[in-house]
Amino acid sequence: MPKRIIAGIQKIGHRTIEGIRRLGHATLFFLLVLLKSGTSLQRFNLVVRELYYVGVLSLIIIVVSGLFVGMVLGLQGYETLQKYGSESAVGTLVALSLVRELGPVVAALLFASRAGSAITAEIGLMKATEQLSAMGMMAVDPVARVVAPRFWAGVISMPLLAAIFSVMGVFGGYLVAVVFIGVDAGSFWSQMQSNVDFRIDILNGFIKSCFFGVAVTAIAVFEGYDSPPTAEGVSGATTRTVVTSSLAILGLDFILTAFMFRGL
Amino acid sequence: MMTAETLVEISDLNFSYDTRAILNGVNMTMKRGQVIAIMGGSGSGKTTLLKLIGGEVTPSSGYVKVSGQIIHELNRDALFAMRRKMGMLFQFGALFTDLSVFDNVAFQMREHSDLPESMIRDLVLMKLHAVGLRGAHRLMPAQLSGGMSRRVALARSIALDPMLMMFDEPFTGLDPISLSVIGSLIRRLTDALEMTSVIVTHDVQESLSIVDYVYFIADGVIAAHGTPEEVKVSKAPFVHQFVHGETDGPVPFHYPAQTYLKDLQLEKTVA
Repeated sequence: MPKRIIAGIQKIGHRTIEGIRRLGHATLFFLLVLLKSGTSLQRFNLVVRELYYVGVLSLIIIVVSGLFVGMVLGLQGYETLQKYGSESAVGTLVALSLVRELGPVVAALLFASRAGSAITAEIGLMKATEQLSAMGMMAVDPVARVVAPRFWAGVISMPLLAAIFSVMGVFGGYLVAVVFIGVDAGSFWSQMQSNVDFRIDILNGFIKSCFFGVAVTAIAVFEGYDSPPTAEGVSGATTRTVVTSSLAILGLDFILTAFMFRGL
Repeated sequence: MMTAETLVEISDLNFSYDTRAILNGVNMTMKRGQVIAIMGGSGSGKTTLLKLIGGEVTPSSGYVKVSGQIIHELNRDALFAMRRKMGMLFQFGALFTDLSVFDNVAFQMREHSDLPESMIRDLVLMKLHAVGLRGAHRLMPAQLSGGMSRRVALARSIALDPMLMMFDEPFTGLDPISLSVIGSLIRRLTDALEMTSVIVTHDVQESLSIVDYVYFIADGVIAAHGTPEEVKVSKAPFVHQFVHGETDGPVPFHYPAQTYLKDLQLEKTVA
């Protein structure tokens, strides 16, 4: 029996050390990507190309989800607020929920599963089919040429997608509350305008989405670059990207919210 | 000794992955203008040898010298400068799947030179013409057959006129026609561009017909070497087994294991 217990403890220890080692490895890789970003910034067309794949192709899912989330918020908000006779505040409720929380967080979660997984799979398959080695043998650094442009494209896309998500959400809330239910349009917009603060609400939401963009894309490129060069390895890495970045988004969101709105 | 015409010199090269020894004291010289074959069974360290020449991995001891410079002592910039003079054909081509055939061949020219696009176009078409695929320059890699992919990859790797070309199993998985095409391309391009070609392969017949010199690697050491004529008539047991593809000989059929009877749990009854 003690043998089994010791083996169990060893296993936990082994996994912990392995996890920390990977975290250190990922951090070093992240710094390496930053260090080698010169090429991407000089040859910005490399980033623009990736912006199309990472950002533009994610638009559909972001626009549609934003619209529905806003419509649901409008419905739920109206149902609750009308009990207190303050249904005109539904605009404020929709806008604040979106720009502070749902916009950055839900957009980032969608971005992780749509674009993050694609980045991991692409880099992982390039590695498995020796394209990265071939590039290195042609005296072109794959981190500078393949990884860094994708990283920056993700970092730039994320806040823009989150903003589009919020805009579509507000529009969805407007459709439900004003057009379908019949809340007064004037009070819907004016309450929203007077209660949503640019610095506290919009800017903080923007900062959040920047953090999420860095986290998701850094995880995605690392998992791709670090994946074992086999079919199983790439599929495992893709799954890990979605799981790890979703957890990172929610964890980071709590920390950032605590700092931003509670002034901790 | 480095002579004027020696391009690659490998001296007492040792390499191991973790604790598993792959190469144990390999010595080779490769002269300019030659096609050299490195043969050996699967897992004998042939591909590792190419990686050592290209500086992808570092030897445990010994050195690889290419045109007078010790590869593992070069810093990053010098290594990258050296690699611009090398070309490598990967086993399955390793074409960039997101770029067209044209852009694949143009890749190095665009990365390493400031040539105007019109000149790059001419050069790319010339390289593709040399491998017979000028007409395919608009295709994407997914639209090519295995043999065509490898020819495009060959055109890409000679884009900057390297002095040293390395081929990792260039004949694997090809039909007889594509196989002869690749073989004769390697010979013709080596002569035309005055480069040195190193072919890692286990295709005996095709390579013996095009190479100038052959090295056999087994268990991490050079088991035999010589010109194709010498190799064909060699009486050395390993060479004879390899060249004639015999199952019986110094290379065992069975992977090391405990006795057959023990594995089948029959030992007790026999005893």
